[in-house]
Amino acid sequence: MSNPTVALVGNPNTGKTTLFNALAGMNQRVGNYPGVTVEIKKGRVHHRHHAYELLDLPGTYSLAARSPDEMLVVELLLGECAGERRPDVVLAIVDASNLDRNLYLVTQVLELGIPVVVALNMVDVAAGQGITVDHEGLSRRLGVPVTPIQANRGKGLEALKQTVATAIGAGPPGRGASFPEIFDRELAALDSHLDRKVPPFLVRRLLVDVGGYTEKLVHDRLGDSWTAELTAARRRLVEAGCGVPEMEVRSRYRWIREATRECVRRPEQRPLTWTDRIDRVLTHPVWGILVFLLLMFIVFESIFVWAKPLMQLISFGKDQMSELVKSFMSPGPLRSLLTDGIIAGVGGVLVFLPQIMILFAFIAVLEDCGYMARAAYLMDRVMASCGLNGKSFIPLLSSVACAVPGIMATRVIENRRDRLATILVAPLMSCSARLPVYALLIGAFLSPEQGYAIWVPGVTLFGLYLLGLIVATLVALLLKRTLLRGETPVFLMEMPLYKRPSLYTVWQRMAESGHMFIIRAGTLILASMILVWALLYFPSAVPGGGNFDELTSKLDDQLDEVRKEIPELKESLNRVEQEKAEVERDAKPGSKEQVRAASLGEAIAVMQKRLAEHEASVEPLEEQLKQKQREWKAQSWLGKAGKTIEPLVQPLGWDWRVGMAALASFPAREVFVGTMGIIYSQGKGEADDENFTGALGKTLQVEKRDDGGKAFTIPVVLSIMVFFALCCQCASTLAVIKRETNSWFWPAFTFVYMTVLAYLGALVVYQAASWIA
Amino acid sequence: MTSLDQLRPGQKACVQGIAGDDALVQRLLEMGIFEGEEVEVIGFAPFGDPMEIRLGDYRLSLRRHEAARVSVRNLP
Repeated sequence: MSNPTVALVGNPNTGKTTLFNALAGMNQRVGNYPGVTVEIKKGRVHHRHHAYELLDLPGTYSLAARSPDEMLVVELLLGECAGERRPDVVLAIVDASNLDRNLYLVTQVLELGIPVVVALNMVDVAAGQGITVDHEGLSRRLGVPVTPIQANRGKGLEALKQTVATAIGAGPPGRGASFPEIFDRELAALDSHLDRKVPPFLVRRLLVDVGGYTEKLVHDRLGDSWTAELTAARRRLVEAGCGVPEMEVRSRYRWIREATRECVRRPEQRPLTWTDRIDRVLTHPVWGILVFLLLMFIVFESIFVWAKPLMQLISFGKDQMSELVKSFMSPGPLRSLLTDGIIAGVGGVLVFLPQIMILFAFIAVLEDCGYMARAAYLMDRVMASCGLNGKSFIPLLSSVACAVPGIMATRVIENRRDRLATILVAPLMSCSARLPVYALLIGAFLSPEQGYAIWVPGVTLFGLYLLGLIVATLVALLLKRTLLRGETPVFLMEMPLYKRPSLYTVWQRMAESGHMFIIRAGTLILASMILVWALLYFPSAVPGGGNFDELTSKLDDQLDEVRKEIPELKESLNRVEQEKAEVERDAKPGSKEQVRAASLGEAIAVMQKRLAEHEASVEPLEEQLKQKQREWKAQSWLGKAGKTIEPLVQPLGWDWRVGMAALASFPAREVFVGTMGIIYSQGKGEADDENFTGALGKTLQVEKRDDGGKAFTIPVVLSIMVFFALCCQCASTLAVIKRETNSWFWPAFTFVYMTVLAYLGALVVYQAASWIA
Repeated sequence: MTSLDQLRPGQKACVQGIAGDDALVQRLLEMGIFEGEEVEVIGFAPFGDPMEIRLGDYRLSLRRHEAARVSVRNLP
């Protein structure tokens, strides 16, 4: 028999996650459910040689479900969720400093028919405001055990565990709030109309929640034979002065006030709290915005700048590993798969970790201390003008550094449609992976060296960032009017009390985000990188015999050897020349020394000749190597694909080489630069190596098309940059969208819509610029 | 009688009722905004929207068009 299950429920900002972490420790895992975007954490709690499964349900104010995500909580609690057993106990956490509203959810939980234990949290915060709660009295009124705790300090947890253990197997609790008689009659009538095929709890929700998700659920199960009856029942309730949903809320609050009247003591005059004082500044229209902008600057700077050394370290480690493997394996598909496929791919996944973990550390601190709600409050008006809400701001700002952590950060947005809209436009924000592409092309074609004014590069770059921002706004507006249409989501948001963030919670969020990215998105990213590697590697046979990989590796080794020998030769040449000079200084005519000087002179001549030969052989070897690499990639499957799609990219002003480099950049945009290097005979190089990109830029300036015309004119360059500003050539982004939306539809949709936009944008820019030129 | 969004910062009011039965109304009710409850306006965000109110022991922020659904009576 499996372990007893305890479901943890509570309002947001009650310390629910802190309690979960304190009870379950590191024994945590994440459960995914089809069709919903929320994840439910499960942990194991040990108490006196017994183990319990603890389910951390998403924070909610009510069980009146309005979305699939909210319905999942209700279904889990009712044991109607496939593959999950019904909880044996519901552990409801409530905030003692705000008891009435917290108990609203508890009155609904009491109707589930499962034993309930109430954890009375933040008794210290309440005491600070002069509020005291008699938990024993409250327990008598509610009819269920109430245990005072301080989750953030770990106080009262043993007693809580004991209370929960005792509650397992107990009978259902008392009903709690009572409703007007006419409501109970209508409920019974509706229940029999539905042939008792729906749990009584859901029949009540069906009657109360006008337009709620229960209507859809019952419709899916039983058709719609009941709708007329439901409408009539609601009308009769209105006529009797008990219209829903107000009747439910009034009845519950009336019962709560009655229950708490004698066991909660509060001061006559509400004292001025720290939260009041801090908020005078932080939500002030001027000071609040200034503090907010400063904070956002720090967040942005940290993911953009602080993460860089760590990312470079990961890149360095990746290169070292590749070198190591190359040093003891002979060239061939296996070595190339290991170095250019797997090691490069794993490095490409790990390189995101610093940004993700730094961003999540900030988000955890901002959320845990209560500032996140203030940030959303300050930014809501601006974001609402593009159809989003205040909570979309931080994810979108983060996306300017990288869309991957940005999309993961959308978890702070509770509303499903707003969250989806934010996820779908986040990749349009101009991320740092686009910079190498922009830097290469702007540097080579729009710089002052090309005769342009000094402001042209900066303005071009700014224009590309602005383009992303404007298109993102338009797409968000369009999505909210079409695909994600629906009633305006309720913004209504609690402004929680400020508190000191818990280091443990912050660390937990960081570790969790990194872990999930690697496990869930990492494999997909790696797979896409290996796929593109294979498309660029095969076929590797040289027409007429031989193998490109062996050929280029041999040339590479030769080149390495020659390059290594040149300084050695120079050094020994120097030594011999010095020796000759010394010998000559003391030499008398006809002496032994003079003979020796002459023979040294001969040796010098031989060495100089060798050095000259070596030096002369470098360039042809380099040329040969670049030539072979170019030939190899041009006849690879991806090269062939580039030629196949040439008619498609010609209207954008591109030839097949650019098309191929764009295809090769599917795993990550910056790969475009490296592929251009190979296909334009610059050899292999990294996108962040300035010498390499400088040389590549010079090559591109003079490159000719097959028909003799200049390959890269300003319209072509603009068209490439606009394409990269709008496209979604980023497997990591798509993998993270798949992971966050729990569906293949949304990443596919994102890729298609962005590629179409990018193509059209590039087409318009190229055609317009050509016409002007 | 006026609506909640028309109040000025610092003003207190007594809720008279909320029109409708949609999701917004249900959420407002659940958060404790119903007839007879006292609310106080704390302030407005930059650009005048959303607004922040106090309700018993806690604070809520809501958009003005949401607050417009709540009819209130000014308290001295």
